[in-house]
Amino acid sequence: MSLLAEMNGKALALGIPISVHLDLTFRCNERCVHCYLDHEDHGEMTTVEIEALLLQLAEAGVFFLTLSGGEVLMRRDFFRLVEVARSLTFNVKVKTNGVMIGEKEAGRLRQLGVEQIQISVYSHHPEVHDAITKLPGSLRRTIQAIRFLKSQGLKVTIANVLMTRNFSDHSGVMALAKELGAAYTLDPTITPKMDGERSVLALRIPGSQLSQVFNNQELVGDVEHFCAPPPPPDEEIMEGYPCSAGHTACYVSPYGDVFPCVQFPLPCGNVRHQPFLEIWQHSAQLREVRSIRAKDLTVCSGCSHVGTCTRCPGLAYMEGSMRGPSTADCEKSFQRTGIPSANMLRGSHVSPGQLVQIQPLPEARPQ
Amino acid sequence: MTEIYPARSSRIAARLLGGEMMIMSVADSTFFTLNEVGTAIWQAADGRTPLSAIVRREICQKFEVDLPQAESDASIFVTELSRHGILVIHDRPSALSSENP
Repeated sequence: MSLLAEMNGKALALGIPISVHLDLTFRCNERCVHCYLDHEDHGEMTTVEIEALLLQLAEAGVFFLTLSGGEVLMRRDFFRLVEVARSLTFNVKVKTNGVMIGEKEAGRLRQLGVEQIQISVYSHHPEVHDAITKLPGSLRRTIQAIRFLKSQGLKVTIANVLMTRNFSDHSGVMALAKELGAAYTLDPTITPKMDGERSVLALRIPGSQLSQVFNNQELVGDVEHFCAPPPPPDEEIMEGYPCSAGHTACYVSPYGDVFPCVQFPLPCGNVRHQPFLEIWQHSAQLREVRSIRAKDLTVCSGCSHVGTCTRCPGLAYMEGSMRGPSTADCEKSFQRTGIPSANMLRGSHVSPGQLVQIQPLPEARPQ
Repeated sequence: MTEIYPARSSRIAARLLGGEMMIMSVADSTFFTLNEVGTAIWQAADGRTPLSAIVRREICQKFEVDLPQAESDASIFVTELSRHGILVIHDRPSALSSENP
């Protein structure tokens, strides 16, 4: 077991939120076709509020802090907030589109000791990337930002969200990442919009293309191992919990709402009304999330994929039940192994009805 | 013996987890954990306090260790951490803030 895995296990045993994802804003200078956010500012936390929150997070034991958005650099106080976060010795990772990062900004990020910067690139073809971001010239500016960041010796990861519009470009983006000295990560997950609107789901790549991804050695490494049939679940698997959401990790929105994960829109409290630690330790919603073991899952507990599936409890929640299946992950397990999931076999592997997405707590609204 | 003044580097992330200090180097993402004694030295390494005083105050008094043995172990410890860039060793008192972002 790696030292990091050991520390995660320790955090789990002690009930420490070792990782927090904090969205500083939902505002953005791009308008990506697949984005789930509402880009209006409905009353973001102020600089003072976020500084106070960072102190609370440090006191709660948070080590890994991801600052994301929206576009983080849309906040004029972004560097001030990073400075405060670093003075509190967080391991800071920043997610950005890079469009507003020039030489000066890259130098500042390096000076502040940001550990990693993740930048979204959709295609190596400007016409494809820019059509997705709806910002002309965005690929050129993003690539320039990566060059500035790399020249400062910073670690950069290119995140390549895969959808119908850019499916054939992942090899090109991977080659671009290699040329720029950046790491590469691919994600075929498209989630519904905040208001539950589902038209963006049409951008999800179809199963046949997922299968191509899972059988691509460049992307998954050992294909035979990656696509192997799942081993029979044992007691350890059935007593295990689905993922770190709500256990050692959580998400805080720009309005102070706390959720188990950025992809798990179950409101658990608001840091404008309650101390963070009180929410983390006593929220009924987080307690419920933590109580769920694989054996408690309504359909998935009887599925052969239960031990190896990437089932996202947040996506399952959006489909109606945090104990239910996530159909997108059923599809992934099926395309990876050729073995249908229990949910598929019971004939309910269809698009769900009304979906729930991130909604702030009613009392979180400014008066 | 020449006095040395260890100071925590600003190029790290650190958090106390159940009595052990987790430290990650920003430069190369190397991850360390320090035991209780190492954590005590780390926390006292403010760049202004000489290692000998840290050993006497934080180690000998709290952990019932002989001074010569503790000094020797602490010297090896801070040298090792400085090699990984997570402690900076000065030969005179130095403000920690100058190392911070």
